[in-house]
Amino acid sequence: MSLWYHGAGNPTEGEISGTVISDFNASQSDWTVKLEQFPQGAYNDTIVAAAVAGNLPDIIDVDGPNMPNWARAGYMAPLELSEGTLDGFLPGTIGTGRTRSTRSACGTLPLPCSRANPCSKKMASASRRSNNHWAREEFDAAPATLKATGKFEFPLDLSMDDRGEWYPYAFSPFLQSFGGDIMDRTTYTTAEGALNGDAAIALGEWWQSLFTNQYAPGTSQTAADHATGFIDGRYALQWNGVWNALPAIEAFGDDLLFLPAPDFGNGPKIGAGSRQFGVSATSAHKDGASAFIEFATRDKYVAAFSNGLGLIPATASAAELTENYKPGGPLAVFYDLSKARGTLRPVTPGYVVAALEFIKLAADIANGADVADTLDAATDAINADIQRNNNYGF
Amino acid sequence: MLASDVVFMKALTNTVLFVLFVAPIRAGLALLLAVLINQKLKGINIFRAIYFMPVVVSIVVVSLLWRFIYSGQSGLLNNMLGFLSFGAFKPVDWLGNPATALWSIPAMSVWQGVGFHMVIWLSGLQTIPLTLYEAADIEGATTRQKFRYVTRPGLRNTAVLILIVITMQAFSLFSQIDVMTGGGPVDSTQTMVFRAVARGYGQQNIAGGSAISVILFLIVLAISMAQRYLTRERNR
Repeated sequence: MSLWYHGAGNPTEGEISGTVISDFNASQSDWTVKLEQFPQGAYNDTIVAAAVAGNLPDIIDVDGPNMPNWARAGYMAPLELSEGTLDGFLPGTIGTGRTRSTRSACGTLPLPCSRANPCSKKMASASRRSNNHWAREEFDAAPATLKATGKFEFPLDLSMDDRGEWYPYAFSPFLQSFGGDIMDRTTYTTAEGALNGDAAIALGEWWQSLFTNQYAPGTSQTAADHATGFIDGRYALQWNGVWNALPAIEAFGDDLLFLPAPDFGNGPKIGAGSRQFGVSATSAHKDGASAFIEFATRDKYVAAFSNGLGLIPATASAAELTENYKPGGPLAVFYDLSKARGTLRPVTPGYVVAALEFIKLAADIANGADVADTLDAATDAINADIQRNNNYGF
Repeated sequence: MLASDVVFMKALTNTVLFVLFVAPIRAGLALLLAVLINQKLKGINIFRAIYFMPVVVSIVVVSLLWRFIYSGQSGLLNNMLGFLSFGAFKPVDWLGNPATALWSIPAMSVWQGVGFHMVIWLSGLQTIPLTLYEAADIEGATTRQKFRYVTRPGLRNTAVLILIVITMQAFSLFSQIDVMTGGGPVDSTQTMVFRAVARGYGQQNIAGGSAISVILFLIVLAISMAQRYLTRERNR
């Protein structure tokens, strides 16, 4: 059986997947799994192209929010798992698979990890806060104060260079905290009002101000600056994924502060979600593929992914096996944060196009486009796509 | 449906602008370089290799390197301009600013592709019989007259080929956009092929992507045929 994975270029990730696969191959004699890796940036397009050409492998990995779309498009088949395999998994890693399973005729399984973004901060002037979220005024004041020190190239790094799923994952929680959303989740058939209402416009203006005030590097940030800017001390604050926590702790030790997400009026929100394994619809070995996935969800492998990559483990029992997330571990707080504040991106096949529009609008507004016009254009594009697809079955 | 798509119309305009900018400049620069390296000097092959090198390097690698060169913070270009103007030059975020992004990409594309067309020009130059130049020398022609009356007519067929090839290549602009700007900032670098891919694979709208490709094919076909007609042999 062939398995396609998005982690090319990340040796640790390849090594851990390799261990899971070789353990599985050694544990039984019916199937042999063979790993093929792709760069993350090209992975989704590769899957779509392969599906059109009829060349999908047996097992694929899928980013959680894309799953309903791929299921509806007929790329994926329902899993054949034993009862209770998914018990105890964090909602962010599995919610998509379960809530829409009847509609999309599919189930997927969480890759053994989940993510939540903390706001990590290298201390300069703001003080350690005791309450567990920031009000908008406090959050807005920080970059201004930091910029005034003149010690930093930019006070805030939003990783704008990573123009992909990072945008909706990291920035749509801001929109939700303002009171808007990528689309209307009561119907899932329109973005009207959610993405172009007053709350969204307020977000857009705030968002644009971060760039017009030169608080954050824009979309032209290079990958190198993104990778090293914070660690080198050129950026003071960084809004980033928990998977970057370990290198930062290593670099700054006790000088590193993890700060909670800002609250723009509707509570602090953070992104949540997980890469998941799924069985392709064209696989001739669906039972074998399901067996592999069940094998890979063992706590041991969940913990291995967490230890290697710094990701939040998807189950509490796996968390106990990890170095960083066991009770009292340096990152244990993120397990609870992810559980409590993790916000799923809209669970609908229409999310794929909506996400592309969100990426475009976040980039365009950052680059100075008119806020209301851009939001209206994105809303129209999302609505047009939903209509073209007959409301995606809703 | 495509006509009401603002982004597509923007992509169409950008693509045409790109072709209008790149085709003449690349062809002209390539000819200049070809004439320069078409001399019998010691070590001329070194120059030929240098000019040709960007063509050999993958366009993705070249694009990534130029992202660093164009970087708004401490990019090579900003540093160089700052140094040459004794610090008077204010750093520009070349790819982050809609006004400069659309010109940054053709500039880099001209540099990248010029070597290839230089070689085609060179092969054209070397098919011109030396006896013609010798005859011109005996007649006392100046360098400029030799170029005007011997080189230029001799390169006629090469010129037709180069114009068509450059136009077609320029219309298919994609890799640089995909690696360097992703169509941004604010759609200033959207192009037709980039839209076709984004629609077809990104939005899973294969029909929409195909429609753009067909339009692109018709445009390129029409332009190639028009060029062929305009550059036909007239003195028969």
